Amino acid sequence: MANTACFMIVARNDIPIYEAEVGSAAKREDAAQLHQFILHAALDVVQDLAWTTSAMFLKSVDRFNDLVVSVYVTAVFKMLVCFFLNLTTHTRLMLLHDSRNEDGIKSFFQEVHELYIKILLNPLYLPGSRITSTHFDTKVRALARKYL
Amino acid sequence: MIGVGKMKLYSNVLDKPLSKGKQEVSLSAFAFLFSELVQYNQTQVDNIAELERRLEDAGYAVGARVLELLCNREKGNRRETRLLGILSFVHSTVWKVLFGKVADSLEKGTEHEDEYMISEKELLVNRFISSPKDMGTFNCGAFVAGIVKGVLDNAGFPAVVTAHFVPIEGQQRPRTTILIKFADEVNACPYLLLYFILFSSTKLSGNDLILTHVP
Repeated sequence: MANTACFMIVARNDIPIYEAEVGSAAKREDAAQLHQFILHAALDVVQDLAWTTSAMFLKSVDRFNDLVVSVYVTAVFKMLVCFFLNLTTHTRLMLLHDSRNEDGIKSFFQEVHELYIKILLNPLYLPGSRITSTHFDTKVRALARKYL
Repeated sequence: MIGVGKMKLYSNVLDKPLSKGKQEVSLSAFAFLFSELVQYNQTQVDNIAELERRLEDAGYAVGARVLELLCNREKGNRRETRLLGILSFVHSTVWKVLFGKVADSLEKGTEHEDEYMISEKELLVNRFISSPKDMGTFNCGAFVAGIVKGVLDNAGFPAVVTAHFVPIEGQQRPRTTILIKFADEVNACPYLLLYFILFSSTKLSGNDLILTHVP
Protein backbone atom coordinates (compact mmCIF):
# COMPACT_ATOMS: atom_id res chain seq x y z
CA MET A 1 0.00 0.00 0.00
CA ALA A 2 1.46 3.32 -0.95
CA ASN A 3 1.59 5.99 1.66
CA THR A 4 1.39 8.87 -0.73
CA ALA A 5 0.04 8.84 -4.24
CA CYS A 6 -1.23 11.54 -6.53
CA PHE A 7 -2.90 10.63 -9.80
CA MET A 8 -3.46 13.05 -12.64
CA ILE A 9 -4.76 12.82 -16.21
CA VAL A 10 -3.13 15.47 -18.37
CA ALA A 11 -4.57 16.27 -21.79
CA ARG A 12 -3.05 18.20 -24.66
CA ASN A 13 -1.63 21.64 -23.90
CA ASP A 14 -0.59 20.27 -20.50
CA ILE A 15 -3.94 21.02 -18.95
CA PRO A 16 -4.92 18.51 -16.28
CA ILE A 17 -8.42 17.21 -16.85
CA TYR A 18 -8.60 15.07 -13.75
CA GLU A 19 -6.65 14.82 -10.53
CA ALA A 20 -7.03 12.82 -7.37
CA GLU A 21 -5.03 12.19 -4.22
CA VAL A 22 -5.29 8.47 -3.78
CA GLY A 23 -2.77 7.84 -1.04
CA SER A 24 -3.73 6.23 2.21
CA ALA A 25 -1.77 8.50 4.55
CA ALA A 26 -3.10 11.65 6.15
CA LYS A 27 -2.75 14.58 3.79
CA ARG A 28 -0.50 17.48 4.72
CA GLU A 29 -1.46 21.01 3.77
CA ASP A 30 1.26 21.63 1.24
CA ALA A 31 1.53 18.08 -0.03
CA ALA A 32 -1.11 18.47 -2.70
CA GLN A 33 0.58 21.43 -4.38
CA LEU A 34 3.99 19.80 -4.16
CA HIS A 35 2.71 16.63 -5.82
CA GLN A 36 1.14 18.54 -8.69
CA PHE A 37 4.34 20.53 -9.13
CA ILE A 38 6.42 17.37 -9.40
CA LEU A 39 4.04 15.87 -11.90
CA HIS A 40 4.13 18.96 -14.09
CA ALA A 41 7.91 18.99 -13.98
CA ALA A 42 7.99 15.44 -15.28
CA LEU A 43 6.00 16.34 -18.41
CA ASP A 44 9.10 17.27 -20.41
CA VAL A 45 10.71 13.91 -19.87
CA VAL A 46 7.52 12.21 -20.97
CA GLN A 47 7.53 14.08 -24.26
CA ASP A 48 10.99 12.77 -25.07
CA LEU A 49 10.18 9.22 -24.19
CA ALA A 50 6.78 9.00 -25.81
CA TRP A 51 8.06 8.92 -29.38
CA THR A 52 10.80 6.38 -28.78
CA THR A 53 8.53 3.45 -28.08
CA SER A 54 5.19 2.24 -29.32
CA ALA A 55 4.26 0.77 -25.94
CA MET A 56 1.88 2.74 -23.78
CA PHE A 57 3.22 2.15 -20.28
CA LEU A 58 6.37 4.22 -19.77
CA LYS A 59 7.20 2.93 -16.31
CA SER A 60 9.01 5.37 -14.07
CA VAL A 61 10.24 8.47 -15.84
CA ASP A 62 11.38 10.73 -13.04
CA ARG A 63 12.36 10.76 -9.41
CA PHE A 64 12.06 13.35 -6.70
CA ASN A 65 13.57 12.43 -3.33
CA ASP A 66 11.92 9.10 -2.79
CA LEU A 67 8.82 9.73 -4.87
CA VAL A 68 8.65 8.17 -8.30
CA VAL A 69 6.60 9.33 -11.28
CA SER A 70 5.15 6.69 -13.59
CA VAL A 71 3.42 7.54 -16.80
CA TYR A 72 1.03 5.83 -19.21
CA VAL A 73 0.47 7.42 -22.60
CA THR A 74 -2.69 6.97 -24.63
CA ALA A 75 -3.22 7.17 -28.34
CA VAL A 76 -4.96 10.51 -28.57
CA PHE A 77 -2.39 13.09 -29.31
CA LYS A 78 -1.96 16.67 -30.39
CA MET A 79 1.04 18.27 -32.04
CA LEU A 80 2.18 21.72 -31.04
CA VAL A 81 4.66 23.41 -33.32
CA CYS A 82 6.72 25.71 -31.17
CA PHE A 83 9.33 27.72 -33.09
CA PHE A 84 11.73 25.11 -34.47
CA LEU A 85 10.94 22.36 -32.02
CA ASN A 86 8.00 20.01 -32.13
CA LEU A 87 6.27 19.53 -28.85
CA THR A 88 4.05 16.49 -28.98
CA THR A 89 1.53 16.01 -26.26
CA HIS A 90 -0.43 12.83 -25.79
CA THR A 91 -3.09 12.37 -23.21
CA ARG A 92 -1.07 11.15 -20.25
CA LEU A 93 -2.05 9.30 -17.14
CA MET A 94 0.51 10.22 -14.51
CA LEU A 95 0.99 8.76 -11.09
CA LEU A 96 3.25 10.02 -8.33
CA HIS A 97 3.93 7.34 -5.76
CA ASP A 98 6.49 5.89 -3.43
CA SER A 99 5.82 2.19 -3.84
CA ARG A 100 7.72 -0.27 -5.98
CA ASN A 101 4.77 -2.30 -7.16
CA GLU A 102 5.22 -2.07 -10.93
CA ASP A 103 2.69 -4.69 -11.93
CA GLY A 104 0.05 -3.18 -9.72
CA ILE A 105 0.69 0.23 -11.21
CA LYS A 106 0.51 -1.12 -14.75
CA SER A 107 -2.83 -2.82 -14.05
CA PHE A 108 -4.10 0.35 -12.40
CA PHE A 109 -3.18 2.37 -15.48
CA GLN A 110 -4.83 -0.12 -17.82
CA GLU A 111 -8.08 -0.10 -15.88
CA VAL A 112 -8.19 3.69 -15.68
CA HIS A 113 -7.39 3.84 -19.38
CA GLU A 114 -10.47 1.75 -20.10
CA LEU A 115 -12.58 4.06 -17.97
CA TYR A 116 -11.12 7.03 -19.80
CA ILE A 117 -12.01 5.49 -23.18
CA LYS A 118 -15.60 5.04 -22.03
CA ILE A 119 -15.75 8.70 -21.04
CA LEU A 120 -14.21 9.66 -24.38
CA LEU A 121 -16.79 7.63 -26.35
CA ASN A 122 -19.50 9.93 -25.09
CA PRO A 123 -20.31 12.09 -28.15
CA LEU A 124 -21.20 14.99 -25.90
CA TYR A 125 -17.81 14.96 -24.18
CA LEU A 126 -15.34 17.40 -25.66
CA PRO A 127 -11.89 15.79 -25.65
CA GLY A 128 -9.57 17.85 -23.48
CA SER A 129 -12.22 19.18 -21.14
CA ARG A 130 -12.40 18.41 -17.45
CA ILE A 131 -13.86 15.09 -16.38
CA THR A 132 -16.58 15.95 -13.90
CA SER A 133 -18.38 12.62 -13.51
CA THR A 134 -18.59 11.62 -9.84
CA HIS A 135 -19.00 8.01 -10.89
CA PHE A 136 -15.65 8.16 -12.65
CA ASP A 137 -14.12 9.64 -9.52
CA THR A 138 -15.54 6.88 -7.33
CA LYS A 139 -14.30 4.19 -9.63
CA VAL A 140 -10.79 5.63 -9.88
CA ARG A 141 -10.48 5.79 -6.11
CA ALA A 142 -11.76 2.23 -5.79
CA LEU A 143 -9.19 1.06 -8.32
CA ALA A 144 -6.46 2.92 -6.48
CA ARG A 145 -7.34 1.17 -3.25
CA LYS A 146 -7.33 -2.12 -5.06
CA TYR A 147 -4.05 -1.86 -6.99
CA LEU A 148 -1.87 0.57 -5.11
CA MET B 1 -33.42 -12.73 -29.62
CA ILE B 2 -35.44 -15.23 -27.58
CA GLY B 3 -33.33 -17.72 -25.72
CA VAL B 4 -30.13 -15.68 -25.77
CA GLY B 5 -30.42 -14.96 -22.08
CA LYS B 6 -31.06 -11.83 -20.11
CA MET B 7 -28.71 -8.96 -20.72
CA LYS B 8 -27.28 -7.53 -17.56
CA LEU B 9 -28.49 -3.98 -17.09
CA TYR B 10 -25.76 -1.56 -16.04
CA SER B 11 -26.72 1.53 -14.14
CA ASN B 12 -23.86 3.56 -15.52
CA VAL B 13 -22.02 3.33 -18.80
CA LEU B 14 -18.71 3.24 -16.94
CA ASP B 15 -19.63 -0.16 -15.55
CA LYS B 16 -20.30 -1.66 -18.94
CA PRO B 17 -17.45 -3.78 -20.28
CA LEU B 18 -15.54 -2.40 -23.22
CA SER B 19 -15.62 -5.71 -25.09
CA LYS B 20 -16.58 -6.11 -28.73
CA GLY B 21 -20.29 -6.57 -28.22
CA LYS B 22 -22.49 -6.59 -31.31
CA GLN B 23 -20.28 -5.67 -34.24
CA GLU B 24 -22.97 -4.86 -36.72
CA VAL B 25 -25.51 -2.10 -37.01
CA SER B 26 -28.39 -2.12 -39.47
CA LEU B 27 -27.31 -0.45 -42.73
CA SER B 28 -30.72 1.07 -43.33
CA ALA B 29 -30.71 2.62 -39.87
CA PHE B 30 -27.34 4.19 -40.58
CA ALA B 31 -28.45 5.33 -44.04
CA PHE B 32 -31.47 7.09 -42.56
CA LEU B 33 -29.39 8.71 -39.84
CA PHE B 34 -26.74 9.85 -42.29
CA SER B 35 -29.25 11.28 -44.72
CA GLU B 36 -30.84 13.23 -41.88
CA LEU B 37 -27.42 14.50 -40.87
CA VAL B 38 -26.75 15.74 -44.40
CA GLN B 39 -30.19 17.28 -44.78
CA TYR B 40 -29.95 19.06 -41.42
CA ASN B 41 -26.60 20.53 -42.34
CA GLN B 42 -27.94 21.59 -45.73
CA THR B 43 -30.50 23.81 -44.04
CA GLN B 44 -27.85 25.45 -41.90
CA VAL B 45 -25.37 26.52 -44.55
CA ASP B 46 -25.30 28.68 -47.67
CA ASN B 47 -22.65 27.00 -49.80
CA ILE B 48 -21.11 23.67 -50.60
CA ALA B 49 -17.73 24.27 -48.96
CA GLU B 50 -19.39 24.99 -45.63
CA LEU B 51 -21.47 21.81 -45.93
CA GLU B 52 -18.38 19.74 -46.62
CA ARG B 53 -16.62 21.32 -43.67
CA ARG B 54 -19.50 20.47 -41.34
CA LEU B 55 -19.57 16.86 -42.47
CA GLU B 56 -15.82 16.74 -41.97
CA ASP B 57 -16.17 18.06 -38.42
CA ALA B 58 -18.76 15.40 -37.66
CA GLY B 59 -16.38 12.75 -38.97
CA TYR B 60 -13.46 14.22 -37.01
CA ALA B 61 -15.18 13.54 -33.70
CA VAL B 62 -15.79 9.95 -34.78
CA GLY B 63 -12.18 9.52 -35.89
CA ALA B 64 -10.76 10.68 -32.57
CA ARG B 65 -12.81 8.14 -30.67
CA VAL B 66 -12.27 5.33 -33.16
CA LEU B 67 -8.49 5.70 -32.83
CA GLU B 68 -8.49 5.39 -29.06
CA LEU B 69 -10.98 2.53 -29.05
CA LEU B 70 -9.22 0.50 -31.72
CA CYS B 71 -5.80 0.95 -30.15
CA ASN B 72 -7.25 -0.57 -27.05
CA ARG B 73 -9.27 -3.37 -28.62
CA GLU B 74 -7.41 -4.48 -31.69
CA LYS B 75 -3.79 -3.63 -31.13
CA GLY B 76 -3.44 -4.41 -27.45
CA ASN B 77 -2.49 -0.89 -26.49
CA ARG B 78 0.37 -0.33 -28.86
CA ARG B 79 0.52 3.13 -30.39
CA GLU B 80 1.67 3.93 -33.91
CA THR B 81 4.77 6.07 -34.20
CA ARG B 82 5.52 5.67 -37.92
CA LEU B 83 3.79 7.28 -40.88
CA LEU B 84 3.36 4.08 -42.90
CA GLY B 85 2.18 2.33 -39.77
CA ILE B 86 -0.64 4.76 -39.17
CA LEU B 87 -1.61 4.75 -42.85
CA SER B 88 -1.89 0.98 -43.03
CA PHE B 89 -3.76 1.09 -39.71
CA VAL B 90 -6.34 3.42 -41.27
CA HIS B 91 -6.44 1.47 -44.50
CA SER B 92 -7.07 -1.93 -42.97
CA THR B 93 -8.13 -1.88 -39.32
CA VAL B 94 -10.25 1.27 -39.28
CA TRP B 95 -11.95 0.44 -42.57
CA LYS B 96 -12.63 -3.13 -41.48
CA VAL B 97 -14.25 -2.05 -38.24
CA LEU B 98 -16.29 0.77 -39.77
CA PHE B 99 -17.27 -0.67 -43.15
CA GLY B 100 -16.77 -4.41 -42.80
CA LYS B 101 -13.94 -4.70 -45.31
CA VAL B 102 -10.49 -3.23 -45.94
CA ALA B 103 -10.21 -0.27 -48.29
CA ASP B 104 -9.64 -1.08 -51.93
CA SER B 105 -6.21 0.44 -52.26
CA LEU B 106 -3.62 2.68 -50.64
CA GLU B 107 -1.34 4.60 -52.99
CA LYS B 108 1.43 7.12 -52.65
CA GLY B 109 1.00 10.27 -54.67
CA THR B 110 3.50 10.77 -57.48
CA GLU B 111 3.50 14.54 -57.61
CA HIS B 112 4.22 15.42 -54.00
CA GLU B 113 6.25 13.73 -51.31
CA ASP B 114 3.60 13.76 -48.64
CA GLU B 115 0.42 12.85 -50.49
CA TYR B 116 -1.34 9.52 -50.14
CA MET B 117 -4.62 8.22 -51.52
CA ILE B 118 -7.07 5.65 -50.24
CA SER B 119 -9.46 4.50 -52.94
CA GLU B 120 -12.79 2.81 -52.70
CA LYS B 121 -15.06 1.66 -55.51
CA GLU B 122 -18.09 2.95 -53.67
CA LEU B 123 -18.09 4.38 -50.18
CA LEU B 124 -20.66 2.82 -47.89
CA VAL B 125 -21.93 6.22 -46.83
CA ASN B 126 -22.54 7.22 -50.44
CA ARG B 127 -24.49 4.14 -51.40
CA PHE B 128 -27.93 5.63 -50.97
CA ILE B 129 -27.05 9.21 -51.83
CA SER B 130 -27.33 10.91 -55.19
CA SER B 131 -26.17 14.46 -55.78
CA PRO B 132 -28.14 16.80 -58.04
CA LYS B 133 -26.18 18.36 -60.91
CA ASP B 134 -26.23 21.85 -59.42
CA MET B 135 -24.27 20.72 -56.38
CA GLY B 136 -21.26 20.21 -58.62
CA THR B 137 -18.49 18.13 -57.14
CA PHE B 138 -19.92 17.81 -53.66
CA ASN B 139 -19.13 14.44 -52.12
CA CYS B 140 -20.72 13.10 -48.95
CA GLY B 141 -17.53 11.17 -48.52
CA ALA B 142 -16.39 14.32 -46.73
CA PHE B 143 -17.72 12.54 -43.65
CA VAL B 144 -15.30 9.66 -44.20
CA ALA B 145 -12.52 12.13 -44.96
CA GLY B 146 -13.28 13.68 -41.58
CA ILE B 147 -12.97 10.30 -39.89
CA VAL B 148 -9.55 9.74 -41.46
CA LYS B 149 -8.49 13.25 -40.49
CA GLY B 150 -9.60 12.62 -36.91
CA VAL B 151 -7.57 9.44 -36.71
CA LEU B 152 -4.42 10.98 -38.22
CA ASP B 153 -4.59 14.25 -36.28
CA ASN B 154 -5.06 12.53 -32.98
CA ALA B 155 -2.28 10.05 -33.66
CA GLY B 156 0.16 12.92 -34.16
CA PHE B 157 0.23 13.19 -37.97
CA PRO B 158 -1.66 16.34 -38.90
CA ALA B 159 -3.03 16.25 -42.43
CA VAL B 160 -5.53 17.82 -44.78
CA VAL B 161 -7.92 15.12 -45.97
CA THR B 162 -10.45 15.49 -48.76
CA ALA B 163 -12.74 13.20 -50.72
CA HIS B 164 -12.90 13.27 -54.52
CA PHE B 165 -14.76 11.52 -57.29
CA VAL B 166 -12.48 9.96 -59.86
CA PRO B 167 -14.24 8.89 -63.07
CA ILE B 168 -13.11 5.53 -64.42
CA GLU B 169 -13.73 4.39 -67.98
CA GLY B 170 -15.93 1.40 -68.26
CA GLN B 171 -17.76 2.08 -65.02
CA GLN B 172 -20.92 4.07 -64.61
CA ARG B 173 -20.28 5.42 -61.16
CA PRO B 174 -17.01 7.14 -60.42
CA ARG B 175 -14.56 5.80 -57.89
CA THR B 176 -14.11 7.70 -54.64
CA THR B 177 -10.63 8.68 -53.53
CA ILE B 178 -9.68 10.03 -50.14
CA LEU B 179 -6.70 12.30 -50.61
CA ILE B 180 -4.39 12.72 -47.61
CA LYS B 181 -1.89 15.54 -47.62
CA PHE B 182 0.33 15.62 -44.58
CA ALA B 183 1.40 18.85 -42.96
CA ASP B 184 5.06 19.86 -43.07
CA GLU B 185 5.74 18.92 -39.45
CA VAL B 186 5.18 15.27 -40.21
CA ASN B 187 8.26 14.91 -42.38
CA ALA B 188 10.42 17.02 -40.14
CA CYS B 189 9.39 15.29 -36.94
CA PRO B 190 11.72 12.29 -36.92
CA TYR B 191 14.84 14.42 -37.39
CA LEU B 192 13.90 16.99 -34.81
CA LEU B 193 13.03 14.19 -32.45
CA LEU B 194 16.46 12.62 -32.92
CA TYR B 195 18.09 16.00 -32.32
CA PHE B 196 16.04 16.50 -29.21
CA ILE B 197 16.86 13.09 -27.79
CA LEU B 198 20.61 13.31 -28.44
CA PHE B 199 20.97 16.77 -27.00
CA SER B 200 18.75 16.23 -24.03
CA SER B 201 20.49 13.03 -23.03
CA THR B 202 22.38 14.93 -20.34
CA LYS B 203 19.21 14.81 -18.25
CA LEU B 204 19.22 11.04 -18.10
CA SER B 205 21.39 8.70 -16.09
CA GLY B 206 24.15 6.53 -17.52
CA ASN B 207 22.00 3.48 -18.19
CA ASP B 208 19.33 5.42 -20.00
CA LEU B 209 21.89 6.98 -22.31
CA ILE B 210 22.40 3.64 -24.01
CA LEU B 211 18.72 3.32 -24.76
CA THR B 212 18.40 6.67 -26.52
CA HIS B 213 21.05 5.78 -29.07
CA VAL B 214 18.78 3.24 -30.67
CA PRO B 215 16.67 5.32 -33.10
